[in-house]
Amino acid sequence: MSDHNSASEHTPEHISEHISSLGSCLAIWLALLAGTTLTVAAAFIDLGPFNTIVALTIATIKATLVVLFYMHVKYTHEKLTGLVIVSAIFFLFILLALSMADYTMRLWR
Amino acid sequence: MHTSQAVADKPEHENPALLHHFATKGQQKNAASLGMWLFLAQEVMFFGGLFCAYLVYRYKYFGDFGSASQQLDIRLGTINTVVLICSSLTVVLAIRAVQLGKRMALVFWLLATILFGLAFLGIKANEYAEKFEKHHVPGTSFSYHELLPGQEKFPAAERQYANPHHAEMFFSLYFAMTGMHALHMIIGVGLFGFLAYKAWRGKYTPDYYTPIENAGLYWHFVDIVWIYLFGLLYLIDRHR
Repeated sequence: MSDHNSASEHTPEHISEHISSLGSCLAIWLALLAGTTLTVAAAFIDLGPFNTIVALTIATIKATLVVLFYMHVKYTHEKLTGLVIVSAIFFLFILLALSMADYTMRLWR
Repeated sequence: MHTSQAVADKPEHENPALLHHFATKGQQKNAASLGMWLFLAQEVMFFGGLFCAYLVYRYKYFGDFGSASQQLDIRLGTINTVVLICSSLTVVLAIRAVQLGKRMALVFWLLATILFGLAFLGIKANEYAEKFEKHHVPGTSFSYHELLPGQEKFPAAERQYANPHHAEMFFSLYFAMTGMHALHMIIGVGLFGFLAYKAWRGKYTPDYYTPIENAGLYWHFVDIVWIYLFGLLYLIDRHR
């Protein structure tokens, strides 16, 4: 019984019950708007081959902000959520990297 | 000993929001949340296939993709990005409202999200209509006669034009990717309409708002897809 009790104390009853403050919601919103402005401005500057890289980097920073703060991943105690996200990104990376490795190295064509 | 345990558990089991096969609300919420994240992981692979096709053809037809990309209205694309970011904010505020037990605020923010979603779709429909007028929709009536990016500075006789077949591939991918995204938006708007009705009826409380939270995850995911679509479709070679 005492074992059971200590186990239930560790069972998180209030998982992802984190309530975001109004300030942090608005701060992330402003950061996302700033990122949008930045990415449009950067598209009109000639950075050579780095234009695409800059656009994708800003998009990834924006996506990370949304996942961490708006999707409450930063506040969750559930480790499986992190595992699902990391494996989704990992398999997406395999899909894109191996396909592009194939298409960019077909030098005989 | 067992009896006292059963008695202690009883109030939990009398909670109508707690399904009988879960021990606690926390466990039930975790299961629902994990299921949603697995669905989103599947969505990542679904859109990943489209992004992969896009990358392969952009690599092969880089200049033609730049030319076709400049036919898109960057002003409307930017406005739509801002609209979606605002809708993500209203989703977060809706979740905050339900956590604080404010029913009318929850309904208000859900309706605001629907409004932003419809605004996005309206602007998108406007962009699609323009594509039909310019014959930039892939198919038998497709026609394309535009310069490659950066060719305006050369004398007229030396200017190079984009290959229309390659531009058609860009527009095929444009319609497939933004169309799939728009379909997700339409489903999202329907979902939020249902939630707004249920919320108005008082279904969601600080004790039980899993559907709001999971619909929020879906909406944020669709927002993230657009963040990448905007960068990849609208912003190619704009500096030339």
